Amino acid sequence: MHETIQARFQAAAPAVDFCSLRLVSTRTEQLWVRQDILQPVNTSTDVGAMLTVMDGGGLGYAATSDLSESGLREAAQRALTWAQRTQDQCVVDYRKVAMPRPQLEYSSPVEIPWDSVPLTQKIDLLREICGQLKTNDAIVDWEASLWFTEEESLYLTTDGARALQHMSYLVPDLGVVANKGTESQQRTFAARGYCRQGGLEVLDTGDFRTAGPQIAEEAVQLLTAPNCPEGDMDLVLAPDQMLLQIHESIGHPLELDRILGDERNYAGTSFVTLDMFGSYRYGSDLLNITYDPTRKDEFASYGCDDDGLPATREHIIRNGILERPLGGVVSQKRAGIEGVANSRAASWNRPPIDRMANLNLESGESTLDELIGQVEQGVYMKTNCSWSIDDSRNKFQFGCEWAQLIENGELTTVVKKPNYRGVSATFWRSLKGVGNEDTVDVLGSPYCGKGEPNQCVRVGHASPPCLFDKVSVFGGA
Amino acid sequence: MLNPFSDLSDDLCTQLQGDEVLTLFLRGEESDFVRFNKGTVRQAGHVQQATLELDLIDGSRHASARITLSGDPAIDRDRAATQLSVLRDLIPYLPEDPYLLYSKDVQSTDRTAKNQLPESGEVVDSILGECGGSDLVGIYASGAIHTGFANSLGQRNLFTTDSFHFDWSFYHQADKAVKCGYAGTEWELEAFQRKVESGRRQLGVIERSPRTIEPGRYRAYLAPTALYEILSLMCWGGFGLKAQRTKRSPLLRAVEGEAHLKSGFDLRENTRDGLAPSFESGGFLKPDQVDLFVDGNYKDPLVSPRSAQEYGVATNGAGSHERPESLDLGAGDLATDSVLQELGTGIYVNNLWYLNYSDRPSCRVTGMTRFATLWVENGQVVAPVNVMRFDDTVYRILGEQLVGLTDSRELLLDSGTYERRSTDSARLPGALVDDLKLTL
Repeated sequence: MHETIQARFQAAAPAVDFCSLRLVSTRTEQLWVRQDILQPVNTSTDVGAMLTVMDGGGLGYAATSDLSESGLREAAQRALTWAQRTQDQCVVDYRKVAMPRPQLEYSSPVEIPWDSVPLTQKIDLLREICGQLKTNDAIVDWEASLWFTEEESLYLTTDGARALQHMSYLVPDLGVVANKGTESQQRTFAARGYCRQGGLEVLDTGDFRTAGPQIAEEAVQLLTAPNCPEGDMDLVLAPDQMLLQIHESIGHPLELDRILGDERNYAGTSFVTLDMFGSYRYGSDLLNITYDPTRKDEFASYGCDDDGLPATREHIIRNGILERPLGGVVSQKRAGIEGVANSRAASWNRPPIDRMANLNLESGESTLDELIGQVEQGVYMKTNCSWSIDDSRNKFQFGCEWAQLIENGELTTVVKKPNYRGVSATFWRSLKGVGNEDTVDVLGSPYCGKGEPNQCVRVGHASPPCLFDKVSVFGGA
Repeated sequence: MLNPFSDLSDDLCTQLQGDEVLTLFLRGEESDFVRFNKGTVRQAGHVQQATLELDLIDGSRHASARITLSGDPAIDRDRAATQLSVLRDLIPYLPEDPYLLYSKDVQSTDRTAKNQLPESGEVVDSILGECGGSDLVGIYASGAIHTGFANSLGQRNLFTTDSFHFDWSFYHQADKAVKCGYAGTEWELEAFQRKVESGRRQLGVIERSPRTIEPGRYRAYLAPTALYEILSLMCWGGFGLKAQRTKRSPLLRAVEGEAHLKSGFDLRENTRDGLAPSFESGGFLKPDQVDLFVDGNYKDPLVSPRSAQEYGVATNGAGSHERPESLDLGAGDLATDSVLQELGTGIYVNNLWYLNYSDRPSCRVTGMTRFATLWVENGQVVAPVNVMRFDDTVYRILGEQLVGLTDSRELLLDSGTYERRSTDSARLPGALVDDLKLTL
């Protein structure tokens, strides 16, 4: 098929400054057992292509699911029309953007392919795991699911660039709701955070097969737990909350297209400005953030981004100092600053924009016990359930499913409805403890939304647990 | 797009065997998207896409799949026929589904309108011409949206709307901006010019020196666009039967009669006056309206066919997410023209942003002010307010602390484009609230 598409693309492409085709085919299968009953098996196959034309400084794109030569020709003509129409009207003269010319192939690491295990066996596994969740009469809803996605993308330019990438994603999840009267508490399997690239071997990296009973017990435990206390105190965040903290208050504010203003009408702007790179103290000396596409089992690894820029590991923040933004080739040209290969599209029907990919907090030297041991009075929170932050990505408030008090260096009472709030620009400077490599969890999310038109992409965040000094913490109403 | 869908449906239905039943659900669009920043074009393009959901039913067993249609009838016939065979082969391996429910009463509908949209390039010229010199950022989306249902029992439901949505902001500096919108099915230059002029007038206020206010409780006016954010969050699991029966609903206390909103608060799903299709993927038609709250008291849930079967009640044609698509909140008696005077001293909130639950069982929500939030003293607008976080329960905001709703309403069209352009809408008044809790 690739050769056929390549030939049709070459025949359909107009003679312009730059023309690319991005073909994306995706297959998904979602298996879901709820209250021990198999829900409808959802499968989908999707294929289409986006043609992008730059000519005379203008840019146009056209996305089509008609992959015949005439279909691609029509799309090319539409893209060309928009490129011509926007000459002298664009935010940047696209003639000045040197688009990459990749030559590469990339694939996810897969040890146990999804299709190597029969459907009935996968359903039986989910039934078995779901069956472990109803451990108490207070549990009113319980479920286990697997979401598999296989995606292949082919990127071509008329002058010979070619990148072929084959990805395999798996998202396992568990959920339990416990209820008493009008009080309900939910526990999940890291809120779908244990998502990885790979095959069914992913299920053995995050205790998916055995985590159920503990999650169920915790949900019931929360029903009778006291509210999280209110006050300024030390806060230890587990990796499945750190992923959200990194995502919202480091990742988004460092997206270069936000800094350049593209997102101001929707996802928002950023408190970060271009002059901060190279000198701004974003966090304490303990804060080291990398854009790392080389961790191949992480959710958003790839060989090159959707503008063809090869992906390499880069420090974003080093010893607390801001070094570079998350910006792809177009944004880098507009800003005159180096970024990373993160120009990404949700699929063939959306144009690439600056996105997070794998954005990780590098490990420190403490065990989890050592982090908790430093705390005289504080809270340990895990598993995100609420997120809200202002449009400059500064004032945030996040909530977790589960928390435990820390008193005199030890975990004590379980508390419910834990929330905390702060300001990104100062919060990371209160980082005073970082877990070591053994405490790191490689997590991510299938749902990062942004862009006009809107796009939802996968992101990866690997992090150890971290300790923060004097954070404003509080509980429920 | 809908004519080929009908032909494809007819063709697939002839391929059924024995007692098989087939349902088909099409969603497609032909859209132009033009993205602006700093009064120039960032990206411009076109998206043509269509997906077909097939559900093959054999007794109580069924299997479903979603495929992309190419637009070429011959290719799509082959793709769909192949998928049908795959589903047929899959069914024997699946257990019976106790909650399967599909429409067996044939009720066909056809809601299509003549396309009156201008060529998008002309609109872009118009936008850049009218807004020249302004720091404009936003998106223009335009074109046809198609939805179709067909089943082997002979039902056909077709829906097409040709519409546009220009959603934009005029920026002063940093995060100080005015949010604007113009949407419809016919582009009228004079109407657009009035919107531009109105936005620029508001920008004059935004250019004043901003005021930073301390956390505390404030009297607040929530414009319809701000109120829409709160109601949209409530739609996230608030009104569906499944969320209620599984005790996940943030409105559980209202459902159980332990809490209520202000008397006179009448909220409904108003399909009749909304813009969304009136049918769901199993072929059930939606009633003209479903009362969600009546006189401040929780009334009826939205019920998908699957929930209907699971909980033994009748469906009201809700989609699988059981989420309102055409919200309608009744007007109050607060004179819209005197909102500033009624507000007196407090904050006038045009937009809220990034709402979430901070205590779901208590329906406590948090979020940020955004765009034009103004400090008002003695009924006079004084200055823009730097962004503030609120954190309060819906039962207070729309219950005990709700002073009143305005006597006029705005029709708000959802500008969302995740996966495809939305057809959701809301018709809402503004709300005057006492003691809104600001926390950061």
